[in-house]
Amino acid sequence: MAQTEAKTLAITGNGAVSLAMKQVDPDVVAAYPITPQTDVVQNFSQYVANGDVKAEFVTAESEHSAMSACIGSAAAGARTMTATSSAGYALMVEVCFVAASMRLPIIMTTVNRALSGPINIHCDHSDSMLGRDSGWLQIYNEDAQEAYDATVMSFPIAEHKDVRLPLMNMYDGFIISGAIGPLKPLSAEQVQEFIGQAPDYPRLLDAKNPVTMGPFDGLHGWYFEQKIAQNIAMDNALDVIQDTYDRFYELTGRRYEHLMKYRMDDAEIAVVVANSAAGNARAIVDKLRNEGIKAGVIKLRTFRPFPVKQYAEALADVKVVGVMDRADSFGAPGGPLYMEVLTSLYQEGQCAKAVNFIYGLGGRDVFPQNIEDVYRRLDAIAKGEQDAPRERVYVNTKGM
Amino acid sequence: MATQEIKKQSPKVYIDRPDHLSGGHRLCAGCGAPVILRQVLMGAGDSPVVVSNATGCVEVSTTIYPYTAWKDSYIHSAFENAAATISGVEAALISLKKQGKVTEDFKLLSVAGDGGSYDIGLQAISGALERYHDIVILCYDNGAYMNTGFQRSAATPKGAWTTTSPVGKVRPGKNQQRKNLTEIAIAHNIPYVAQASPHNFRDLIYKAEKAFAVKGPAFLNVLSPCPRGWRSKESDSIQLAEAMVKSNYWPLFEVENGVYKINYDPKKRKGAVADWMKQQGRFRHLFTPENEWIVEETQEMTDYQWERLKAMEEATARFAPQEAAEAQEPAE
Repeated sequence: MAQTEAKTLAITGNGAVSLAMKQVDPDVVAAYPITPQTDVVQNFSQYVANGDVKAEFVTAESEHSAMSACIGSAAAGARTMTATSSAGYALMVEVCFVAASMRLPIIMTTVNRALSGPINIHCDHSDSMLGRDSGWLQIYNEDAQEAYDATVMSFPIAEHKDVRLPLMNMYDGFIISGAIGPLKPLSAEQVQEFIGQAPDYPRLLDAKNPVTMGPFDGLHGWYFEQKIAQNIAMDNALDVIQDTYDRFYELTGRRYEHLMKYRMDDAEIAVVVANSAAGNARAIVDKLRNEGIKAGVIKLRTFRPFPVKQYAEALADVKVVGVMDRADSFGAPGGPLYMEVLTSLYQEGQCAKAVNFIYGLGGRDVFPQNIEDVYRRLDAIAKGEQDAPRERVYVNTKGM
Repeated sequence: MATQEIKKQSPKVYIDRPDHLSGGHRLCAGCGAPVILRQVLMGAGDSPVVVSNATGCVEVSTTIYPYTAWKDSYIHSAFENAAATISGVEAALISLKKQGKVTEDFKLLSVAGDGGSYDIGLQAISGALERYHDIVILCYDNGAYMNTGFQRSAATPKGAWTTTSPVGKVRPGKNQQRKNLTEIAIAHNIPYVAQASPHNFRDLIYKAEKAFAVKGPAFLNVLSPCPRGWRSKESDSIQLAEAMVKSNYWPLFEVENGVYKINYDPKKRKGAVADWMKQQGRFRHLFTPENEWIVEETQEMTDYQWERLKAMEEATARFAPQEAAEAQEPAE
């Protein structure tokens, strides 16, 4: 396929994702509004009202019912989407596990927002990190373009016969969801050609081949093997995701990888960071490079499955890595991303020094100076001027 | 099919209809649920059905992997969400039929016990009824969380022993009267709501057939005897259901487009609540001088609810379409 020269739109993150949903035009959307995802549901409602989409839209009375309706719809054989944030995602989580175990390729946008309490509508990643063990594929996105592209790419990944898992796409609440940025969209025809038809699978709505889904495992005990099968599907997803990224590159010229490396080739210090803060990190790296400091950035994209080997490879020659978590895991050795990165290094027999920075909880600003401070500290550790702290380092806190 | 064309048939007609639930399931002897399910699914005739089932007795006893008792497609996803799950199935059915990807017609049934209907599943049921999906929501009401060992629900009668409303020195079983879920369903202004009992199978199958026939949501609340939780004899189940109906504790009635119709009117009440309470061990402690007031209060509540129901029938009769009123059979 030839690369295309699309016009550039100025659009919010939520606008970009709802445009992708319109172009995908799934069979069913079941959703419930919540800040900061609300525009996605509102925009889609308008597409339905205007007759722009063929999708049936179930305006559920809660996120729990929205995800339950998604399960019913996907099990019935329909291509199904939803969107949520924060407390809404938390309310869904029980049935998110069910969706994954039933191997239903539901596609969900989760606009990252802090979990209560205290109630806080701003961005952090505590919502999606709550679901890191739920069996869903998780892709993190920096800006509107990435979120749009990820939405389109979700279908060939989740519906692939070797995967068959639900997939959630994240981007930062308000910072990306509500702020206007550039977007080069595909045409609806390009989207349809890229996503293709979902492969056939046993479905409820097949009168000749009725099927019992979600049976009771109590007496004969295949639960354990079922869980192993979910992990095998996760393993398979690593290649399927990269293949899909590569195919998307052919179409758009936009290259994606499980982790996005910036000036990492000879980096001695590096930061691992997800979503919108990656842009700040790249700017600081450019500044430090001008001073001769060999700094780099690894931006997280694929979090589930976690690309262990890719992290180990990317960090092989790095002396000190700072892992920036926009969520915490109370009482754990560190934030969720920190633990994953450290485990990846350990599994590959590497032992770079690592520092966990917790930042941006509840929408706390992360200024360029904050990121620069992170790098300066890593640099001091790399030069032996400081020891690497074992405790979390909190970024830009008040009175602590 | 217009609902006025649906009439109560002879048992001969019903017995020749296909069985949607096969034998060999592991529900208890004397359980009302499989009897009710067979009767309700006879109302679907030979149409394929998709059943969405809440976690509970029916789910754990009919789908023990790798076996299934269901001849139709069936889905269980969780306890509180059977009605939400079937909402999604309905949306998929509409969408895929519109696109020509599904050509058959399906009847859609959501099944939950009283725990999954009166309590934890109430919100999902209310949402599904309000969204007006073309579905039937069935509650088999056995008056407690029987699957997990008899914990009280909002459907448990006052004074009943359960493991979370146990009888002790200072408490005589459950402290509260039951919730009226049928009236809650009626308040959604849906096309069809009915209350039924498995002892009157012609009435139940007829109501199920109507529920499947109406365009839009229908709700069926069916009394389901539970020998284990009621502490009653397995062989008494159907007779107990009949006694509870005849005492007016569980009236058989239907509400079609807001018009109430009592399907069984004993004119003069046949028996008292004490009659069937005495046959159930869960009420044994109530027949003592200090606890008898609960039996009396339940009788008073029952008589009041019955008079109220009759008043509703009278008050709503003038809204009945004339031809439909004539076409309906007189009450048995």
